[in-house]
Amino acid sequence: MRSALTMLGIIIGVGAVIAMIAVGTGASKQIADQISTMGSNLLMVDPGSQTSGGIRMGGGSQQTLTLDDSYAIERECPAVQDVAPRLNGTAQIIYGNLNWSTGVQGTSPGIFSVRDWPLASGRPITADDVRSATKVAILGQTVADRLFGGIEPIDQIIRIKAIPFRVIGVLAIKGQSVMGQDQDDTVFVPITTAQKKLFGTAFPGMVRGIMVKARSAADLNDAQKQITELLRQRHHIGTTKDDDFSVMNLTQMMQAAEDSTKVMKYLLAAIASVSLLVGGIGIMNIMLVSVTERTREIGIRMAIGAKTWDIRLQFIMEAVILSLIGGIVGLVIGITGSYVISMIAGWPIDVSLISAAIAFAFSGIVGIFFGFYPAYKASLLNPIDALRYE
Amino acid sequence: MKLIEAKDISKIYRLGDIELAALDAVSLTIEGGEFLAIMGPSGSGKSTFMNIIGCLDIPTGGQYLLEDVDVDKLTRDELAHVRNQKIGFVFQGFNLLSRTSALENVELPMLYNGVSVKERRQKALVALKTVGLEGREHHHPNQLSGGQQQRVAIARAIVNEAPIILADEPTGNLDTHTSTEIMELFQKLNSESGITVILVTHESDIAAYSRRIIRFLDGHLVSDKSVIDDRKGHEREAKN
Repeated sequence: MRSALTMLGIIIGVGAVIAMIAVGTGASKQIADQISTMGSNLLMVDPGSQTSGGIRMGGGSQQTLTLDDSYAIERECPAVQDVAPRLNGTAQIIYGNLNWSTGVQGTSPGIFSVRDWPLASGRPITADDVRSATKVAILGQTVADRLFGGIEPIDQIIRIKAIPFRVIGVLAIKGQSVMGQDQDDTVFVPITTAQKKLFGTAFPGMVRGIMVKARSAADLNDAQKQITELLRQRHHIGTTKDDDFSVMNLTQMMQAAEDSTKVMKYLLAAIASVSLLVGGIGIMNIMLVSVTERTREIGIRMAIGAKTWDIRLQFIMEAVILSLIGGIVGLVIGITGSYVISMIAGWPIDVSLISAAIAFAFSGIVGIFFGFYPAYKASLLNPIDALRYE
Repeated sequence: MKLIEAKDISKIYRLGDIELAALDAVSLTIEGGEFLAIMGPSGSGKSTFMNIIGCLDIPTGGQYLLEDVDVDKLTRDELAHVRNQKIGFVFQGFNLLSRTSALENVELPMLYNGVSVKERRQKALVALKTVGLEGREHHHPNQLSGGQQQRVAIARAIVNEAPIILADEPTGNLDTHTSTEIMELFQKLNSESGITVILVTHESDIAAYSRRIIRFLDGHLVSDKSVIDDRKGHEREAKN
């Protein structure tokens, strides 16, 4: 019973460390997944300038990005692979007697490459569609299911904002975004169609943003520079003036977020380690008491021939066994606790076997370290006095 | 070679300014195969002397030679090894490990000189048989009578084939009948196996089992007689 209480510190320490690391690793893994869902090597060009804090001001108050800007970027920035301008809004989609309200994205052929988003069936939006502002639409899987059930949607006529559109394709399933939004609940239309027929523009050629895919991760910085230079030129921005747009390196942002999560993770683990320390002190305490209680026994062993390190090893081993058992129980509790947390709080977790092994080994080290002093004290006893001890 | 040679042994404790001589210039020789009893009142130095003979303590003056080895030159761990190989301790309070079987208790000394598990088991069984405890190997001390516990202690003392048994009031906690059994066991070990038995006691009846009686008083060795002479001396005193 006493042993069980002693081990409590170690159990809690190991369990907490494992759970913290699992939650922290889950969080940073989620961010990494975020990057891959969005697409890779992305830059977001948005209208309106950026404050030094990185927060975009006015959410597009200075509407200056145009479709032509996006063509220019694609044409004249060598580090850029594809562009996807966007103009979006919400609209009612009607098919027969079913309707569904969803986000409609005006976009260009580049979107499929930029978002790494293939089609499940049908054909993509083409440059011709954009040139002619044809009334064609590509449905996300959720919209297709909602409006068409099992029926083939392609070549059917739907109404977006009471305007008839022909379905030319269905997107492959993307799943949930990191924010929990259903990415398949969307409709793509040519950007010009969105500009002229659906949502209108505050000025000619207006787009709400341009997503840019760089040729590779190494090209991201160059792409950012090229786009910035190009747009400053096009928008006639003097050298002393700020940009009227912002170019954000999505990967960089995500990386920064991931890094800070990592710091958080290790901080949490360090705090949890304090419990391990407390557990170790508990073990040292109990071992000291044990040594005192067994003074006579130590005297007998010494009289019979136990040498200094025979005694020390005996007590260190006992401390190590205590802490390792605590470590195993802590391991089990930490792993099950992680799963419980993820079920209740909905946080993602990633139980790392390596961190579990390290935490377990650490508990053994704690045993050796905190068991040493009592073992040392035991070995220094005078056998004659020890034998007389009551 | 003499088994034990004590030459002018003294043990002085310094308590602050005061010096306490527990032993003063004690000289003694013991040959292999002897059966000695050491007697004397409390504070006479007999326990101190026993601790020195048993290599649990080192004299502050004089020389103690055990099988021609000067104990003074040995380190703490070397002394432990000597105890393991040369001395078998038997205590008044038995001093067995509780919650441990008789067999494991007897095996204990062999843990400290690297004997294999198999050999440990065998030797312990033989030792238990010699002391007449065959069949009780797996009993724990609390399942054994006082006499049986002392037998286990004696088995432990002989398991490493040590030449000396050092017994401190071995019958102190036993009734008369059991005491006799234990003393007869010592005699058997002494005569059949040639083990030197050194006994500390304050009871003349027990000392009578030995063949040589040493008396201490105030840190000095005051008499060293063979038992027959000793008994005659006592009878003479009683008559007077």
